[in-house]
Amino acid sequence: MNFSVLTSQFWPLLINGLAVGLIYVLISLGYTMVYGVLRLINFANSEIFMVGTFATVIVTRDIFKYTSAHEALHGFRLIATLLLILLASMLFSGVTAVLVEIVAYRRLRSKGTNRLASLISAIGTSIMISEAVRILTKSAPVPTPRLLNKFFLFTIGSVKIRIDTFLVIISAALIFFMVDRFVTKTLLGKAIRAVSMSEETSKLMGVNLNRVISATFLIGGLVTGAAAFLYMQVYETTVFNVGFNLGLAAFTAAVLGGIGNIRGAFYGGLTLGLFEQFASAVIGGQWKSVTVFTVLVLVLLFKPNGLFGEAIQQSRV
Amino acid sequence: MRLEVKDLRVQYGKIEAIKGISFVVEQGEIVTLIGANGAGKTTTLKTISGLRPVSSGSITYDGQDISKMAAHERVNLGISQAPEGRGIFPGMTVLENLEIGKYSRKERKSEMAEDLDMVYGLFPRLKERVGQAGGTLSGGEQQMLAIGRALMARPKVLLLDEPSMGLAPMMIQNIFNIITEINKQGVTILLVEQNAQQALQRAHRAYVLETGKVVKEAKASDLLNDPAVRAAYLGTGAEKGHH
Repeated sequence: MNFSVLTSQFWPLLINGLAVGLIYVLISLGYTMVYGVLRLINFANSEIFMVGTFATVIVTRDIFKYTSAHEALHGFRLIATLLLILLASMLFSGVTAVLVEIVAYRRLRSKGTNRLASLISAIGTSIMISEAVRILTKSAPVPTPRLLNKFFLFTIGSVKIRIDTFLVIISAALIFFMVDRFVTKTLLGKAIRAVSMSEETSKLMGVNLNRVISATFLIGGLVTGAAAFLYMQVYETTVFNVGFNLGLAAFTAAVLGGIGNIRGAFYGGLTLGLFEQFASAVIGGQWKSVTVFTVLVLVLLFKPNGLFGEAIQQSRV
Repeated sequence: MRLEVKDLRVQYGKIEAIKGISFVVEQGEIVTLIGANGAGKTTTLKTISGLRPVSSGSITYDGQDISKMAAHERVNLGISQAPEGRGIFPGMTVLENLEIGKYSRKERKSEMAEDLDMVYGLFPRLKERVGQAGGTLSGGEQQMLAIGRALMARPKVLLLDEPSMGLAPMMIQNIFNIITEINKQGVTILLVEQNAQQALQRAHRAYVLETGKVVKEAKASDLLNDPAVRAAYLGTGAEKGHH
């Protein structure tokens, strides 16, 4: 135990916690939105993330033909390239999410099968996707060429903020804000919220349930794909099971904030990211996963509605 | 508008909830289905709206068989429902609840302001509560919202499931006055009620349901004076107040 790091390393831990937490926030939106409309934990969401990281690599390396030897991009060219890769990753994850819903869940739903069958289908789909990628990549980690010259942008307190950390924090916060606006302001967003409150009454409003469910998977997938892109800008390497720990951490974040609740995912993700950073600084980085899952088990045992309780529950999804 | 239900059967698992009922709702009418708990009134409305599958028989709307049509398409045809228990979206504001009532309308943008005014005209209370979460309204206000929300879809026929449930006598009068008013404005109404007294006073025609079957059909005013109906549903016969 080393408590002195809490003061000496406060600023770096805070900034890293924010960056990690915001990536959790985006991935947990994939879980929480789907749970909201279907009451189903989409375990395949971790694979939707993984697919997004590979999309980032493929587009950067095979479509834009950048290599590791390539020198970093600058200015407009950098921004345009990153934006295109971001969009491609989002689209790839989004389409995967929609396909997973159609293939793995829709038929079960229309037959009125119980939720356990859907849950098993979710786990099966998750294993199928990750195993397929494992075979295709021969289990090897796959690096993505670096496009960003990772310089220090500015200093806050005692910490120098690197450009990729800055990019993650700003983009993820912006994307979360956009999703939140979308869900509260647009008609489709309202329909998603309506379905999450009552499927039957939504049908009486003329809501086409299958279309709203597809849209929910699409949005969840797009956001998870954005998280995958941001993750790759920081960590630069992916592997077939990259989604496993991150997915479970994001799921924990969703539960922490009250699953089914979009703003809950925001608070849950940030709380978990910060907690994980500070806790592993104190007790050692090798305990990181243990701290995350301890949080999950404790929340499920003592606060199954999430830390933020009924007040947030009311504004669910 | 003409809604016809013919030999309708509906099953819940192995139990048959609706055992071959037939009835008609003609343009401009208020038709009521009365009967005790478990007679199949709510199931009938849910089936007309497409929330329950038909086992056999048919539901025709203006001559078109809609018994296999998806629920959301029936709303587009002009069939709206204020469901049992009101079905207010608790985390949405009054305004959002009303807006989502227009989900099925292609013309929603151009109609929105006009129809919100129409609903606020019928239910001034809703205008005062416009920013409040649906879940925080009183029972009477929720019923107003449920009816107002159903009207936002500009229905040709409005299905009302137990609008008086759990309301104080004053509020029941108020709600039924508005139902009569809505009907006078040209909306056909199919009303399901346990409060048979009110339903029969307001309706043109009535069907009595018992355990999934129609056992009587008559002009509502005739049923009000029918001794058997009075005894069973109006609580003024020999077994007063007893069910």
